Formats: sequence, structure tokens, C-alpha cells
Amino acid sequence: MSSVAHSLRRIVTRGRTAPAVAASVAEPGRAPAPASAAMPVDIAPNDPIIPYFQSAAGAVDIEALELDSPALAAMRAAGVKLVVPLVTQGELIGLLNLGPRLSDQDYSGDDRRLLESLAAQAAPAVRVGQLVREQEAEIRSRERLEQELAVARLIQQNFLPRSLPEAAGWSVAADYRPAREVGGDFYDFIDLPDGRLGIVVGDVTDKGVPAALVMAATRSVLRASAQRLVEPGAVLERVNEHLVPDIPPNMFVTCLYGVLELDTGRLVFANAGHNLPMVAAGGAVTELMARGMPLGLMTGMAYEETEAVLDPGAHLLLYSDGVTEAHDADREMFGGGRLSAVMAEGGTRRGDDLLRTLIAALGAFCAPGAEQEDDITLVAIRRESGSAAVLAEVSVASEPGNEREAIRQLEPALMGAGLSAGRLERMKTAVAEAVMNAMEHGNGFRPELPVDVRLVRDGDALRVEVTDRGSARPMPDAPEPDIEAKLAGEQTPRGWGLFLIRNMVDELDVSGDDEHHTTRLVMRLEGGRDDDRA
Amino acid sequence: MTTALEVKVDVGGGEATLRMTGDVDREAGAALDRAYSEAAAAGAASLTLDFTAVPYINSTGIALIVGLLGRARGAGVPVTARGLTEHYREIFEITRLSDFMTIEAGAPAPEGSRR
Repeated sequence: MSSVAHSLRRIVTRGRTAPAVAASVAEPGRAPAPASAAMPVDIAPNDPIIPYFQSAAGAVDIEALELDSPALAAMRAAGVKLVVPLVTQGELIGLLNLGPRLSDQDYSGDDRRLLESLAAQAAPAVRVGQLVREQEAEIRSRERLEQELAVARLIQQNFLPRSLPEAAGWSVAADYRPAREVGGDFYDFIDLPDGRLGIVVGDVTDKGVPAALVMAATRSVLRASAQRLVEPGAVLERVNEHLVPDIPPNMFVTCLYGVLELDTGRLVFANAGHNLPMVAAGGAVTELMARGMPLGLMTGMAYEETEAVLDPGAHLLLYSDGVTEAHDADREMFGGGRLSAVMAEGGTRRGDDLLRTLIAALGAFCAPGAEQEDDITLVAIRRESGSAAVLAEVSVASEPGNEREAIRQLEPALMGAGLSAGRLERMKTAVAEAVMNAMEHGNGFRPELPVDVRLVRDGDALRVEVTDRGSARPMPDAPEPDIEAKLAGEQTPRGWGLFLIRNMVDELDVSGDDEHHTTRLVMRLEGGRDDDRA
Repeated sequence: MTTALEVKVDVGGGEATLRMTGDVDREAGAALDRAYSEAAAAGAASLTLDFTAVPYINSTGIALIVGLLGRARGAGVPVTARGLTEHYREIFEITRLSDFMTIEAGAPAPEGSRR
């Protein structure tokens, strides 16, 4: 029935011998029929006259029809005498309504045959017109939807932090991946007085622009409240009171808010129905518990506070349900168990490294090619092992050959760092290549742009960080060099840089933000043991 | 600060030896090209690259050696590398240059890299 009602459109036409009357299903907001036609007749989608017309075998005499139908009564009142249903491919798409003949005689058999033949020809043509119009409307609505998605994405991205907090002894990493339909995930870092850092992860139910707006409001109120109130529970209470009166119905916000004391590692957090944070420390992964209702549901809510201490080496992970509720091809969820397993394995690494491992694990889990179902948000905060120390910092201008200058300046600290002779040589080659990449690909050999090199001893590993001023441009990802292809002239003889670095050090990772690329080279210290391979 | 590469070409008995002094990096291209052409013009049937006085080779230098090796192989001239430090011998192995040229037992690592 609904398809009939859907395809019924107002048809305004004039009969051969009499003014026609238009019929239409109820379509609010449409312009009235032109004055030359009689009053249109509205037919409700559930009116029994619709199936009757659909199965009628030709012109229908309205006066002789017996049917309990409001539309029938309306037609009679409008002076309709004869109705010729327009049916094409079994579908009723309109009606040809005729008033009395001008001669006041009844419609003859010839009249009816002529009208029926007219209807048989008109019906498919009218249907084509309807289909074209429907398709145009669909395209317009799709475009509107795309535009709305773009706006939602814009709002959301505008309210996410542009940079990560930098605190001595801590490494902070965050990853936010919007789903195509943009859910309402958000995260935030708030600088608080007395060496404290506010950490927020949240998720607005619903998607699109409304969710993005609620996300923006929540973030603003939370930021303001965090400056005025010390206890995270009190902050969430305040945010909840603000949200309840204004939030659209059926929408609420889950949110976790924690305050971290950077010098002691003491974390106090409260939770408004959000996923519980995980901590990896000493080889074990634990979930920190705190109860509270989501924000925006009802006033007068209290939020439990939980305290934990992040010891050196401990790794804190906050996330949204887009992570745990990602599905594989068999519709099984990723779940907290898998997340905790990845945490257990990667928890000792740097934050951005852990996040990369997590994203890779998620990618491997989800059905290949499947669209991401929901926003994914991950925030990792690691307290560095106590022994991290900067051994040297060097800066060189981006001019060809300056990689050797960087090595020359770094060499005394490198030599004192406890690497075996062979590993020292490898580290020097790796650093030289990383500096060359940074000067050439990151800074485009612009001499005014420096490359900064930092040598850090972190626990039992030596780390060199090479940072350039390359913008959002990604570092070129050279194909694996193939000596046979190179010798045969099928591949450029160049492209050895990253390959060499990878083969020289124990770990290599490249990260970047809007203004920098940083290449990290890690070489474990083997207690002075000479383990030269050659 | 980079020492531009100098290459001395010794030809004798159908063999050419390219004695390099300095760094094999992006500045070394012209000198290596010239030296190779000189060796080829002298009709050398085999080629030895002597790295004894080369303290530094980078990825661009590796690319130059790959280019030179490609030309020599095209001309059917076998290539030997001599005087590589342990570190650069390892790099020639990692890059598999050592599969396409003979690597002679090397010299000790240059002064300063051993503790």
C-alpha cells in the first residue's frame, strides 16, 4: 500500500468534454491546483478506494460505486463523475478525474474507450516523470547529507587538541579516527595549576551535526569547570547540571575525566558511564573502576572518584567504545580482552608505539575492506622509566653534508653511552641517514630550517630523535630496494636511506604533527657486550 | 666539512684500481664517473675499488657504487672491493652489493670508532 501511496501524485488535467478534477494523496505544503482545475481531492494512503482503483479494469463510474471511502465522498462532493485510473506495471500512479459532460449526457462507451486508451498511454509517461523527480530529490538529499557530514567533521576536528601536552618524564599520544558518519567522540587535555594535567575522553551518543554540537558544548563546560573545581567528581557533576536542561532528547554523553599529578604520577578520576581506563604496569594490565551515570540524563548525579598511582614505566590507556565494539567478519566484537592483551604486550613501549600496535591489531581483526563503524579514540599516557636522561642535543642547518656535522657533535656522547664498537658504527650510520632524510625530505634543504637531534638514554636503551620542520607532508615511503632491479637499471640506484636505518637499529619509528617529523632510532644497550655480527 | 672524493686510477695488466681518498657521498659522483670512464678507456678487464682511505659512505654513496657496478656488469667487467672497514663490509652485505662483487678481507676500523 505504501508504494501505491508513494507513487500517487497529483494529476491535474482537463477532460475531453468536461473540466477535470485533480486527485492527490495528502501532501502537505504543496501549492494549490491552478484555478482552471476544480478542487483537488486528497486520498489518504489507507483509503480502500486505492486498492479498488488499482485493480479496476478501466474507467470507474463514481456515482455507481459503493465503498466506505472518505475519498469517494470527497470526489462526489467535488462533482467527479468518472475516474480513469492510471496504472502502469501493476502500480496505481494517478487518476484521471472527470466531471459531468458539458452536454449533461452520460459518458458513452466510445468516450470510455478513448479515455482508457489515453490513460494507458499517459500512465507510463507520467511514471517516468515521477521517477526522474524522485531521483533528483534523492540526489539532493544525498548531497545535503554529505554536506552535513562535512560540517560535523569540521566541528569535531576543530574541538580536538591541536597538539599533545609535553611534560618531562611523560609521553602522551592520542589517536582519533572518525567513522564516515562521524560519531561524537572527543578527547582533551587541560593544563591545570600546580603541575597537574586534566585528561578527558568522551563519547556523545548519536552522530552527525547534533552530536558534534553537544560534544563542543560538553568540552567547553568541562574546560571551564576544570579550572574552578579540583575534584574530578565535582567537575563531572557540574558538567552534568549544565547539560541536562539543554541536551536534545535521547542524547547523552559518556565521559571520563582524570587529573594527573605529573611529579608523583597520582591519578584521580571520575567516570560518567564511559569505558574504564586500563593500566599496564609491571607486566600486568588492570582496569580502573569508577561508577557514575552518563552526562545529560538527569540532574543531581554524583560521581565516584578513584585514585591510582602511575609508577615509572606504567602506561595508562583511555579509549572509546569504537575500539572494543569493532566487529570482525563474523560479527564478533574486538572486546576488552583483546585490548588488554595488546596492552600487556605493548604497554612497555612509547605511547605512540602502543597506539600504532593497537590500530594495527584492530585493522587485522576487522573484516578486510569493512567500513569503520564508529569513531575510534585512543589516548595513551606513559610515565617514562626513571632513568631517562638527555645525553646530547645537536642542531644543524639543512645543507648537504651536514649529517656529518651532526655526527661529529654527537660522537662524544654516543661514545660514552656504552655501545659496543660495531653497534656504535651502526648507530652513527643510522643517525646520519635519518639526518639526511630530515634535511632533504623534511626541510627540502632549506638552510634556515634546522634539524634537531637528541640523544636520550631511556632505561636499557639508547634513543636518538631526529626532528625536522616538515609540514603535514608525509615522508616519502620508498619501496624496498632491490639490488637486482637497481643493477639492471629498472629501479633508481638511490632509495637506500630508510632501508639502511632499519637494518642498523633495533627499532625505528617515524611520527609527525602539523609542523614536524620525528624519526626515533632505538638501540638497546647490551651491557657493553661486544656483539658485532660481522 | 665533507672531504671531496679524489680518485686515482692505476691501470696495469688489464686491471684497473680506483684508489679513493675521501667520503663516498653525494659529492663523489663526478669523481667516480671520471675514474670509471678513464678505467674503461684504458680497456681494463677487471676493476678494483680501493676504499682503504674512505672513512665515510652514506646511502647516496651506495647509490653511486650501485650505478658504477651496474655499468661494469653491463660491460662484463668484474668488480672487487678492497679496504672496507668491518662496518661497511656489513653494509655491503645488507644491501647485497657483496653478491655482485668480490669483497676482499678488510682493513681495521678507522681510528676513533673503537673504544
